[in-house]
Amino acid sequence: MLENIVVITLFTIACSMVLLIYRVIKGPSTPDRVIALDAIGINLVAFIALISIELKTSAFLDITLLIGILAFIGTVTFAKYLEKGVIIDHDRD
Amino acid sequence: MTEISHSIIILFIIIGAFLNLAAAYGVVRLPDVYTRNHAASKATTLGVVFLLLATFLFFYIEMNLFQSRLILTIVFIFLTSPVSGHLINRAAYNSGVKLWDKSVRDDLDVTKKEAGT
Repeated sequence: MLENIVVITLFTIACSMVLLIYRVIKGPSTPDRVIALDAIGINLVAFIALISIELKTSAFLDITLLIGILAFIGTVTFAKYLEKGVIIDHDRD
Repeated sequence: MTEISHSIIILFIIIGAFLNLAAAYGVVRLPDVYTRNHAASKATTLGVVFLLLATFLFFYIEMNLFQSRLILTIVFIFLTSPVSGHLINRAAYNSGVKLWDKSVRDDLDVTKKEAGT
């Protein structure tokens, strides 16, 4: 029962990632694409958690935290680049 | 006992999958970058929190493993995903992305506010 539900949920999350990839390709502005990529990263966390349920191992649970941190850092970097034009600024005032 | 715990885990997984799919559908269907961000940052965060909570309950009940890494991931995503949504939304406004043409109110627009008063 639980294994079937987990497989169906993996298929559902794959469908939602395909919809987000449509927004990454088509999106008219750059913040659309950044939002969709951030949501893809968050969906990937859920994907890895469900795979570790399916395989009944706890070896992949570090990767969830790692992908969460990397998605946050990437989105903050893109937001600063879009707003200021630089990522690490060198002026001292 | 194990049937009750199984049904709680299955309920959490179904709620999380539905919220993720609804968030992706909202990102495709909504007309504006700000409304898309509203869908993506809120619904995706809650869906992933439900799925990670289901994973935590699975490892705690089935295998007697207390995985504190999952608790840390839940807290981290719950804190940082709305913050990144706010930052990218503010960057979109400051870099000049237009609102939807049927939206009625823009509190940040200085010229429109001075013309109104």
